[in-house]
Amino acid sequence: MADKNIVEKVWGFFTSVKLAVALFAIIALTSIIGTVIEQNAPPEKNIKLFTKMFGPASAPTAYKTADVLGLTDMYHSWWFTAMLVCFAANLTICSIDRLPRIKRVVDEPLKPIDMTEFDKYGIKKELSIEGNVEEAKAVVLTALKKLGMTPNATDPGGPNNRDIQFYAHKGRYTRYAVYVIHFSIIFILIGSVIGVTFGFSGYLSLPEGETSSVAFTRQEEEHPLGFSIRCDNFAVWFYGTSDMPKEYISWLSIIENGRTVLKKSIGVNSPLKYKGYTFYQSGYGVVPDAKGLIILNVTPKGGKTEQISLHVGESFTIPGTKLTGKITTFSPALSFDKDERPYTYTDNMNNPAVFIEVTSENEKEEKKSGWVVKRYPNTWKMPDGSTVELVDNYGYQYTGLQVRKDPGVWVVYAGCLFMAIGLYSAFFLSHKKIWVLLQPEKTKVNVKIAAFTNKNKTGYEGVINSVFDRLTQRV
Amino acid sequence: MGSPILFGIAEVGYFVAMMIYIGYFIFKNKTMGISATTVAAAAFLSQTAALAMRWMESYNMGIGRAPLTNLYESLIFFVWCLMLGYLIIEFKYKNRTFGAFVTPIAGLALGFIDLTGISKEIEPLVPALQSNWLLAHVTMSFIAYAAFGLAFATGMLYLVLSTEKRTESSYIFWTVAGSVFLIVLAAMGADYFKFKMMGVSSEMLKSYLFKATFRSDSKPMALLSLLGAFAIIFSVWRYGYVLKRMLKSFGLSLEFLEDLNYKVVAVGFPIFTLGGLIFGAIWADQAWGVYWSWDPKETWSLITWLVYAFYLHAKYLRGWRGNKIAVLSSIGFITVIFTYIGVNILLSGLHSYGEI
Repeated sequence: MADKNIVEKVWGFFTSVKLAVALFAIIALTSIIGTVIEQNAPPEKNIKLFTKMFGPASAPTAYKTADVLGLTDMYHSWWFTAMLVCFAANLTICSIDRLPRIKRVVDEPLKPIDMTEFDKYGIKKELSIEGNVEEAKAVVLTALKKLGMTPNATDPGGPNNRDIQFYAHKGRYTRYAVYVIHFSIIFILIGSVIGVTFGFSGYLSLPEGETSSVAFTRQEEEHPLGFSIRCDNFAVWFYGTSDMPKEYISWLSIIENGRTVLKKSIGVNSPLKYKGYTFYQSGYGVVPDAKGLIILNVTPKGGKTEQISLHVGESFTIPGTKLTGKITTFSPALSFDKDERPYTYTDNMNNPAVFIEVTSENEKEEKKSGWVVKRYPNTWKMPDGSTVELVDNYGYQYTGLQVRKDPGVWVVYAGCLFMAIGLYSAFFLSHKKIWVLLQPEKTKVNVKIAAFTNKNKTGYEGVINSVFDRLTQRV
Repeated sequence: MGSPILFGIAEVGYFVAMMIYIGYFIFKNKTMGISATTVAAAAFLSQTAALAMRWMESYNMGIGRAPLTNLYESLIFFVWCLMLGYLIIEFKYKNRTFGAFVTPIAGLALGFIDLTGISKEIEPLVPALQSNWLLAHVTMSFIAYAAFGLAFATGMLYLVLSTEKRTESSYIFWTVAGSVFLIVLAAMGADYFKFKMMGVSSEMLKSYLFKATFRSDSKPMALLSLLGAFAIIFSVWRYGYVLKRMLKSFGLSLEFLEDLNYKVVAVGFPIFTLGGLIFGAIWADQAWGVYWSWDPKETWSLITWLVYAFYLHAKYLRGWRGNKIAVLSSIGFITVIFTYIGVNILLSGLHSYGEI
């Protein structure tokens, strides 16, 4: 068999541990590139980076080269994918190649060993127990039980035909643990391939009150969902008067054939699932040039609160007075500069406020135009004692939803579970064997112990010592 | 007494313990050894109390969350895990030699906190971080990091003891890696002296890190620091054998170090895989709908994972022993440091909560 055929050669190549170790190194080293060059970013960003690295003259060339090599989206490039395929092939073939050998070791029945072999083991111990064989047997069996072993016993034998040997092992299946880890990685890779092939990942920005039957891919292509989703409401809460969001929630409805089939509120870390699609709360923002509703609670002095909703440019009267308020401006995030001039400091709905211009038929009536700010109750007070509270605004904000369909995710999760089991067994459990030889003499029984473990020899040795020492000292 | 005072006591305690451990290492005085352990243990207790108090304080502030959510808290927790692991090893193996090598890592982390001026406030959590996965993911990641830190210390000790010639690549590796740590520690010491003790401070300066040396505003100073750094590397390389001679008298065997090195990696690796990678992925899946997005932090933790996978396969299947394995475990910890700090400083991504 001097010349192997091509299949054997390829098989041989993929069974080599050298390849595995080389792939670890190559994947690790090339991965670094993608953490430096920003992935899927607008070209200007990376050109700026290259300018810093190579100077302005060579930056465009450097960018073009990087782009051609796939470095601007390297984790999805053909060569990186090829490396991952090699990795998966290596992992599978290596494991398949080794499994029969491991199976033989696992299936090998444990046999008693020869008296002379007791000295050859890495873990060995000798002691003697006062009393007859039956007493000694009881002590040894208790000790083995403490070690979690259920031993077999030989018939009496040896030179005097009175020697008895107990032998046991446990944890032989832990020898498969490494392969459980390997296959769990394959599982995770398969799951991710299923996800990429049959799944969908996109987004949907849905203004309050609007309905959509499509989501969008990253390339802004429409993707029909097969049902409709409506954003009934969206709200964000902040920590105190800071701009740090504490929680944001969307109230969503799923509509199918004109009927609302599901209503659910979602927040970050608690998505909505429907027909294979999952909607994650990922962000929010303000709809440009929105003509939404302003909702106010108007309370005349000593009177009853009335809720009204109106658009910017519309007016309302405070019941029981001659005062009319007109909403002239809406700001999603009101602030004042150092000259006390109002301005909107961010595009987000951080500090919503409306400017209310107050007029009155009665010239003498006290009135004051000004900003009513949702966050600050002291701005709600009118000079005549009535209050105008900005309760909410509707239709100004959109909720940013991440939309995903991933039929492979359960395969990935199963892989993760297998990996956890495999890791635990591989690193914290081992295949342990023990042989105990009882050699009865006149008033005592000499005991010889030999033991083996494929991992953590000192640990096993310590346990054997402590168990046997404690029992024999008591006797 | 609030948590900042207790943290302060712990910080000072660790620095003092570091000095005594180094003193013990040089003079081999038994009393010194015992006092080093006492100081380190007291500092550790103070830090434990401080962590518990900070947790309670967050509840009193109405925020209520485990003290594990920003760069400051995670560094503190890393030091806590590292010292716990170290004290366990010292107690179990009755050997104080590592103290002089582990406490500087703790000192480095604590110095970094003070000099970069990262926020120590108990801040509320943005919605993405309000998850039960946070506790499991962060705790396990840092237990693993601490285990890798201990592997680094044993790996370096191994190299100090096992190398003979100055031209050996393993010798060059440990002297250069060791001096870089020494240089960073010294540069931080200089920053501390200049900005904290002398009171030369400027409101404009957000981070003092290396401002007294490499990042100094005066060009000659920066250049001098660079030359100084090379001088340190050169002298460590030239006189590395002195350290070896000192270490030899402690009767540490190479087998013991190699065994311990593997033991801590064998604890760190499964915990890192499960808590760092898998729990992180599950959490990302729940919060953002992507279990893996090749964000720089994720990629760097994968790189770290690959380095330790390399270590395990090289050791078990390729029969790598001794120096090569010790070098690998040290490289592993360097990638850990980069995953943890480097990514936050140099790169951006989903984990930007830990920003400086």
